[in-house]
Amino acid sequence: MSRQLKFNIFRYNPQDPASVPHADTFLLEETPSLTLFIALNKLREEQDPSLMFDFACRMAICGSCGMVINGRPGLACRTLTSDLPAEITLMPLPVFKLVGDLSVDTGTWFRATNSKIESWIHTDQEFDPQATEERMENALAESIFELERCIECGCCVASCGTANMREDFVGAFALNRMARFIMDPRDKRKDADYFEVVGTDQGIFGCMGLLACEDVCPRSIPLQDQLGLLRRKMGFIALKSIFKRKG
Amino acid sequence: MPHETFYSDLVCIGAGLAGERVAVEAAAAGFKTILLSLVPPRRSHSCAAEGGMQAALGNCAMGEGDSPDVHFADTVKGSDWGCDQECARIFADTAPIAVREAGHWGMPWNRVEAGKALCFKGGVCFEVDEKPEKQGLITARAFGGTAKWRTCYTSDGTGHTLLYTLDNKVTELGITVHDRVEAVSLIHDGETCQGVVARCLKTGALRVYLAKAVLIATGGYGKLYSETTNTVINEGGGQIVALDTGLVPFGNPEAVQFHPTGVVPTNILVTEGCRGDGGTLLDVNQERFMHIYEPEKAELASRDVVSRWMMHHIREGKGVPSPYGPHLWLDIRHLGEKHITTRLREVYDTCRHFLGVDPITQLIPVRPCHHYSMGGVRINKDGYAYGLKGLFSAGESACWDMHGFNRLGGNSLAETIVAGRHIGRQLVEYLKGAEATLRTDLARQAVAKDEARIKRIIAGSDGKESVYEVRNAMQQVMMEGVGIFRNGTDLQKAVDDLQVIYARSKKVGLKSSGIGANPELAMAIKISGMLRLALCVAYGALTRTESRGAHAREDYPARNDRDWLTRTLAYWRDPNGDLPQLEYEPATKVFHLPPGDRGYGKCEIICREEMSE
Repeated sequence: MSRQLKFNIFRYNPQDPASVPHADTFLLEETPSLTLFIALNKLREEQDPSLMFDFACRMAICGSCGMVINGRPGLACRTLTSDLPAEITLMPLPVFKLVGDLSVDTGTWFRATNSKIESWIHTDQEFDPQATEERMENALAESIFELERCIECGCCVASCGTANMREDFVGAFALNRMARFIMDPRDKRKDADYFEVVGTDQGIFGCMGLLACEDVCPRSIPLQDQLGLLRRKMGFIALKSIFKRKG
Repeated sequence: MPHETFYSDLVCIGAGLAGERVAVEAAAAGFKTILLSLVPPRRSHSCAAEGGMQAALGNCAMGEGDSPDVHFADTVKGSDWGCDQECARIFADTAPIAVREAGHWGMPWNRVEAGKALCFKGGVCFEVDEKPEKQGLITARAFGGTAKWRTCYTSDGTGHTLLYTLDNKVTELGITVHDRVEAVSLIHDGETCQGVVARCLKTGALRVYLAKAVLIATGGYGKLYSETTNTVINEGGGQIVALDTGLVPFGNPEAVQFHPTGVVPTNILVTEGCRGDGGTLLDVNQERFMHIYEPEKAELASRDVVSRWMMHHIREGKGVPSPYGPHLWLDIRHLGEKHITTRLREVYDTCRHFLGVDPITQLIPVRPCHHYSMGGVRINKDGYAYGLKGLFSAGESACWDMHGFNRLGGNSLAETIVAGRHIGRQLVEYLKGAEATLRTDLARQAVAKDEARIKRIIAGSDGKESVYEVRNAMQQVMMEGVGIFRNGTDLQKAVDDLQVIYARSKKVGLKSSGIGANPELAMAIKISGMLRLALCVAYGALTRTESRGAHAREDYPARNDRDWLTRTLAYWRDPNGDLPQLEYEPATKVFHLPPGDRGYGKCEIICREEMSE
């Protein structure tokens, strides 16, 4: 027999002076293979057309639909209701600015942070359209891709103790991104350049090591390893610079 | 209250790969550029491209001897000679440069590993020996309809990685991005495009963007169909605002691609790379069948051909019954765990999370579903839209037209950055010669018109039709009447039904308040525009009495080069009418490759008169 699902959904429309933050309750009959993508669209189309939430690809590759599902940040599109109890509480991701209901403004946050950490290849080399490409070992390309798989859904940021307390913390996503550039020989930045960007309290030294980021990452990116490696590398650079100054 | 107004040299509607690639070209030349996007750019549908992009680098052993000429010929054959051969030529020649350029910007392309490796084709294992001198160069995999292994890739996350690489470039150049902004109409004086009226999807406010040039790069119109691999935002927004000018034609609206391997029941795409890497299609008896229909190419014929044979096989009763209707199987088990978890990693994740299927040991349920829009805003080979000066388009939103009536796998991702690069350069030349004569009176009129329409929708002044019911009815008609196999009776019924639904769409009224970033209002604003597009697709398909590429008429099974070697140009000149005006132009001005047999997808051909003599 199918279950009757009870959704408790956070509601607030900042554009509506009459709106106050509260939770609305919706009932929905569970159907086979029901995902939160299908469920939320049904609720919008059949029960409350003002309900705000974000989806795009609905296949867990675009990162639009991060939300707090029964207390845990995750991607709504690939969450099956059959994996949840009959009562489902949905909240918007913290840290990001609320657009309305379950929809948050991740775009502005990620763009600002990517600008801050200069998330691009730094090189003086001009592109030569006639030249054969520079060679790279396939194993290295695959290692870069492994970290490049981050979809900036914001789940790691929303689950992070430091990010929730401190606005200026760049989050696990950004530290992973830096690790990706550090391993890429096309990026000509030096250790000191990386250190300036992430060898700080806003960067790797702000991480308290709680590692919820790794637990909630829907892409299973090895954040724990990357944070550890980055901390060691930045610590080493810091020590080196102290000795250099003394010498 | 005055509307917030933004001035720039170029405003790009859409910040996926094509929009961003054009923006990079303009910004690098010093022009002030604003990118508008429905979603943060990195969430654009470009990110969902999986298998790779075609470029004739010829580095891998199975790509040896490849060249832009071979790529060009494959593309023209794939298009069933419906493409503009000048564009296909520019495309094939530029693709290798665009791939290397992306590499220069940080794209981690998979590379050649010298030595012997085991590969599969049609489920049969064979050995490939990669040359030591090619070690570390960009490698490629097989895709459908290609003579060589030509599809460059990063695992099966190529679109995602390429989009991040491009967006990093956009960030580096400091290009302004306004995300969660939706174009509502174009501002123009009947001759020149002056900008865009857009709605902020954070606050619901209307805004004005005035610019010397406007680029449409909004992707396809897949959401006219219910069963599509497309993201929920592929609603044809760019084609709607262009068509609504009454001046700019919608090229080849009826050219719609169905992809062979959508997952049942969610219509999530599994990449053609599965078959390229040696995966096979199986029927209810778990037997291969494609080699019976296509002895030469088998599973790797072009998408239109494979999709048709799959549906044919299902009609023959060889489908696997399921609560979601009959489907077929995709088998990649023999590729092995290492290959699947590295080179087909997204497929591996998708199957486990959405289907509960482990593709290393289990079969994947698949069925053809809507995938790609070959048609779009008709532009010339340099990206200029027909009918309106200062308007450009690039990528899937455009009908450039290198795909004709069927696009090859790996050619759309390639088109985004190749056309983006080429058209971006042409746009820079245009901007160098363009003087700003921006007319704020036009902007005021345009925004007032949109504002009045929105007020009527919110108030329900014209009726109380549910926008979701109207949309669902449209999608249903498109699935039933304008699908993989088409015929005059069903198409006529589709057109008739769509006209009725179109009338309903004009009577949509909101159930909610419409205040702020209201999603019901966003849908209500574009629903009648979506129906105009649907009518163009259905009416274009009804009128084209031949079969070409993805346009397969059961009542006109031959490809008719005598009468239909043409491109449809659909205009919507009468705002109160309920059908587009169809005109036609030659498919191509020049023939580097005269019409002939594709080598797959057996089809009778009615020759051009000068050819048959």
